[in-house]
Amino acid sequence: MTILYFAWVRQKIGTGEECVSLPAHVMTIAQLIEYLRARGGGYADVFGDPDRLRAAVNQEYAPFETIIADSDEIAFFPPVTGG
Amino acid sequence: MQTDDFDVSAECDALVGARTDVGAVVTFTGCVRADDGLTALTLEHYPGMTEREIAKHVAEAESRWPILATTVIHRVGRLVPSARIVLVAVASAHREAAFRAGEFLMDYLKTRAPLWKQEERGSGGTWVEVRKSDANAALRWRQS
Repeated sequence: MTILYFAWVRQKIGTGEECVSLPAHVMTIAQLIEYLRARGGGYADVFGDPDRLRAAVNQEYAPFETIIADSDEIAFFPPVTGG
Repeated sequence: MQTDDFDVSAECDALVGARTDVGAVVTFTGCVRADDGLTALTLEHYPGMTEREIAKHVAEAESRWPILATTVIHRVGRLVPSARIVLVAVASAHREAAFRAGEFLMDYLKTRAPLWKQEERGSGGTWVEVRKSDANAALRWRQS
């Protein structure tokens, strides 16, 4: 699975993109957040407070209960501030 | 989405082209403001998703108001005070549709399009936090 990070999420994690092989028990975005948080360091910092995050699956906004697959492009980012 | 500046007048000319049914062109241009000693803004986007979100909201604007043509340009990268950031230009037969659709698009750009601003003030950058007033501005289009 490809995971993309933007803005301060990208900075805290230290990369804008990575490939992750999902363990079988990770089926939703919420479970992916928990899985990534357990890595510690910048991940714990970012994923310890999911209320500050938005997620997208295949470039569409997705709620945290969305079911995900290995072929998906997942993105995590802060609420948007453009315009 | 582009790093280069845009020419508002040229974009308006291109929007109308050879059409003779356009009676109103409304443009909004957003610029970098030097608030509290700000020296630069850096804008980041999600290539692909940002364009899709903008296209989706242009389609929604076209379904809600009788607009004839729309241009949305958003710059990314590092921009200094007074630089242009965003252009929304809407053409319609009468002014009301163009005004309303332009405002709708700006409100949605600010709250839905994946774009993030980082402010520079002297040393280092700070990511801009979401403003409640922007969320409320977008919400009113769901109520009316």
